[in-house]
Amino acid sequence: MFSMDGQIVIVGGGAAGMESAGQLARSGYHVTLIEKETITGGHVRNWYHLFPDRRDSREVIKYFDDLINHKNITLLTGLKVEGIDKHGMSFIVNTNSGTEIKADAVILSTGFDLFKSERKEEYGYGIYDNVITSADLEVMFRKGEIKLHNGVIPGKIGIIHCVGSRDEKVGNLYCSKLCCVTAVKQAMEIKEILENARVFCFYMDIRMGGALYEELYRESQEKYGINYIRGKVSEVSVNIDNKLVIKAEDTLVGRPLKMELDMLVLMAGMEMSESSKSISESAGLATGENRFFSPADHHFGSNKGNVEGVFYAGTCTAPMNITETISHARAVVSDVIGYMNNGDR
Amino acid sequence: MGNFGFTLIKERHIDFDANDKSIAEYISDREPSFRICIECGCCSATCTSGNFTPFSLRELQILLRRGENNKVKDEIRKCMLCGKCTLVCPRGVNTRNIVMLAREAFQKQEKYAV
Repeated sequence: MFSMDGQIVIVGGGAAGMESAGQLARSGYHVTLIEKETITGGHVRNWYHLFPDRRDSREVIKYFDDLINHKNITLLTGLKVEGIDKHGMSFIVNTNSGTEIKADAVILSTGFDLFKSERKEEYGYGIYDNVITSADLEVMFRKGEIKLHNGVIPGKIGIIHCVGSRDEKVGNLYCSKLCCVTAVKQAMEIKEILENARVFCFYMDIRMGGALYEELYRESQEKYGINYIRGKVSEVSVNIDNKLVIKAEDTLVGRPLKMELDMLVLMAGMEMSESSKSISESAGLATGENRFFSPADHHFGSNKGNVEGVFYAGTCTAPMNITETISHARAVVSDVIGYMNNGDR
Repeated sequence: MGNFGFTLIKERHIDFDANDKSIAEYISDREPSFRICIECGCCSATCTSGNFTPFSLRELQILLRRGENNKVKDEIRKCMLCGKCTLVCPRGVNTRNIVMLAREAFQKQEKYAV
């Protein structure tokens, strides 16, 4: 038993890490939050608006910044955790600077990496200038302008769902869960900036499982005139007019379809972050077929690792949106407190 | 009797219970990846035959699964076995083997039919 004096180390200063650090600190625990980048915030910082209510991500960042501004939190940025060794009941957290940090409990909130869309070579990301990713589009939204590589305003924009998700060819069998609703949100935001643009979403299944997602999907058709075509794009090429040409089967019509586009947006999926692999190996932490950390129990232990004293928060266990990440991060606090005070497994 | 134009029209339903699913079973037993198609249409989007003729491997697969074999029997011979469909399939379905097995199943059915 470590009680309130115990040291808790949280690895990863994105949404999950910041939320759990803040909540633990407010409950009187001492926390060291380690972030590999020079600033905290993780992927949220690169996003423009969040679904379903289109909240400005800067509001969320401000909430997190305020939350971790607490005397019980020691924030270490620009420090990368390379491994965790367990000695008896405590841990040594090894970093790239050579610094070793002692911990009684470790929360891994190492998050995810966006799928590297270059790997889906047939879609031409990194080959054709006007093939971009959902993340690139968020940057354009923040600037308030959507332009082609040559500065021209695009008139016809395609969106491809499931890039790097549900795709055996890239080794990712799982659904990244957020890309469908991101496509819907981004399609609407394109129309808000470019009123006359035509937007086409190419999907295999539209997965609108989250709160208010289906309503957003409907709104995108009703108010914004977004077009949905059921068929996975098989390849992208460029024609003599330097326009992108996509090929898909319109499966509901039952005929192959080709379409010229000015711009193509790839809905990149989520993958286990590269930086958590060495941590997983050093500490003997189980990972699933999807390569994310495997929780000890899918119902009752989604925040617990297979090694006693190691806990998980957020998207290092599976794709999650911000709402789910915050809930998961709050849940880990209860598990960690139970462990610190009573040795609860 | 005058011809009033009345006739018996076959109903449009896929008669799922009556249809013969033995071809689909034959394929599925030998090529289990036949079961995991999600009808995304990537195969037919990239298909060379499908670009010029109404050939659609996606459609033929679902027809086989529903036992609508008559629509498949001749159509499946149009595949040139180039294998582009296998390259693009996100589910890793061995599409080329499915075409081969379907042809084989139809051939056997013909040979041993009374």
